[in-house]
Amino acid sequence: MELLFFNAFNGLIQGVFYALMALGLALILSLNSVINMAHGGFLVIGGYLAFTLTPYLGFWGALVVGPLLAGVIGLAVEQTLIRKLYKRADPLYSLLLTFGLALIIQDLTRTIWGAQGLPAAVPEALDRPLSSTLFFITGYRVVIIEITVAAAAGLYLLLRYTLVGIRIRAGTRDLESVAALGVNIYKLRALNFAMGCFFAGLAGALASGILGLTPPMGDSLLMPSFVAVIVGGVGSLGGAVLGGLLIGVAAGITTTYYPAASEAVIYFIMLVVLVIRPRGLMGQESVFE
Amino acid sequence: MNLRTAWTQRRYAVLILLWAALVTLPWWLPLVGSYSALGSKILIFGLATMGLNILFGFTGGLSFGQAAYFGIGAYGAGMTLKYLAPSTPLAILIGTLAGGVAAAILGPLVMRRRGIYFAMITIAIGQLFYFVAVRWNNVTGGEDGLAGFERQPLHFGHFTLALDQTRFYYLVLLCFTIGVVLMRGLLHSPLGHTWVAIRENRRRMEFLGVRTDLYVWASFAIAGLITGLAGTLNALLFNFTSPQDLHWILSGDFVMMIVLGGMRNFWGPLLGTAIFVVAQDYLSSITGNWMTFIGLIFVGIVLLFPKGLLGMVDRGKSST
Repeated sequence: MELLFFNAFNGLIQGVFYALMALGLALILSLNSVINMAHGGFLVIGGYLAFTLTPYLGFWGALVVGPLLAGVIGLAVEQTLIRKLYKRADPLYSLLLTFGLALIIQDLTRTIWGAQGLPAAVPEALDRPLSSTLFFITGYRVVIIEITVAAAAGLYLLLRYTLVGIRIRAGTRDLESVAALGVNIYKLRALNFAMGCFFAGLAGALASGILGLTPPMGDSLLMPSFVAVIVGGVGSLGGAVLGGLLIGVAAGITTTYYPAASEAVIYFIMLVVLVIRPRGLMGQESVFE
Repeated sequence: MNLRTAWTQRRYAVLILLWAALVTLPWWLPLVGSYSALGSKILIFGLATMGLNILFGFTGGLSFGQAAYFGIGAYGAGMTLKYLAPSTPLAILIGTLAGGVAAAILGPLVMRRRGIYFAMITIAIGQLFYFVAVRWNNVTGGEDGLAGFERQPLHFGHFTLALDQTRFYYLVLLCFTIGVVLMRGLLHSPLGHTWVAIRENRRRMEFLGVRTDLYVWASFAIAGLITGLAGTLNALLFNFTSPQDLHWILSGDFVMMIVLGGMRNFWGPLLGTAIFVVAQDYLSSITGNWMTFIGLIFVGIVLLFPKGLLGMVDRGKSST
């Protein structure tokens, strides 16, 4: 029973990373109409920058600045490359472009920081278990969950109550009308893309303390995040979070009983959802069916 | 009319040159400083991308997970040789069918989706097979890949033909030719014209009463079949297959090869594949950072040559 709880909690932590990634992916997918294959790259950028900055800014400073820089790099990429593709109706080109970016980012990361993984340190005070029986619940893991909840809540408040947020939500429904009302949708999309990359970077900075840092780590988190978006429902941010947590915990529980299937179960859940409820758990009907 | 005849004549001339180049490839490839396994690889990947292009360029289904069927073919062939029977034709047959059947079974999950969602679901489904191959250790060899099988000599009655590198190239060329004839035939049939019509305006086809999802499903299954065939040949070429043959990076490479050559042209994918495979081979031999260069090629093609090389030549002509 304890083993089950242990694995389920590990799965929850993984699921938190999936959910953060999926949030960014879903943001970019719905307003920028881009499947960001480079999302894993932005995760790696956030993680490595946070690691590099830790000696200068301290753990907490790096945790904030690393993801922010990932967002800034995302903004630069959007301004120089992605925005040129908005006029092309075919989503193929943004897919290929971000795919190429993913290769470039992974390769440059390897060149700059080395192919070997880096051990990202967590402050001593956070690394201790909170109780002796539940040894796997360290302070750091609780912090991860808290930060994620705070980030998701912040995003929710932003989208719900601020003018920018309302414009973003309106833009996902009907971008042309928003543009016709005098909103500069190019700026809106740029900001949105940067926000998505920020979430990827945050996932990277948080994940480095648990998973360590390697150049291809983004790849292994990218695909489950796709699945999280599909399971949760394309077009629904809440769905993306729910999907991420669900597949994370499911993978964790599967580890208890049949470790070899722990990754495959994620895709199996997706297939089941696609058969039973093609729009995803929280997706809107019009988007997907 | 005159112009049109000129086009047709030039077209035949190019095709004759192409086939002549393919048939004589084992002689001239070493002369330009390459090796014949590279020729086989280009044809195999070319077959895969041309098969994918049935779905991608002609039906308009943005499949970004085609490596799955390539890998299923490869594992199907390898496992047939390793566990079932030492027969090359049987391995090709079983692997190809496995690719086609897998695509036919999964097709209903994607056939109603469009554009960006089609891409996302095909990517994710593709990864399922990747993890099965990685984790099902004792059968698939896991992360290290499936080894321990070898392509077997062909038997014709009392006559036995050992498959050395050159002879294997001709076997690949034979399979390639069969694939090309099949695809050509399909694209010129009513089925093929329906695919193109769906690509151009799916909604209109639906209003006309066409069950477009069934046609997309057929396209998906046939693309899976042809890619599976290519996968079997790839396994036989290297006497090895690994989970990398199922990975989404390979799927992305396939799509890039098609776009590079020109997705609206029947032969475009082959040209793109040839350039891509040679470039990858060359770049990885001169620099450790070849991934960056491949990535830059991606970005450059998307921004500068979105129609691909043959797409620029073909401008203004009909697409099939």
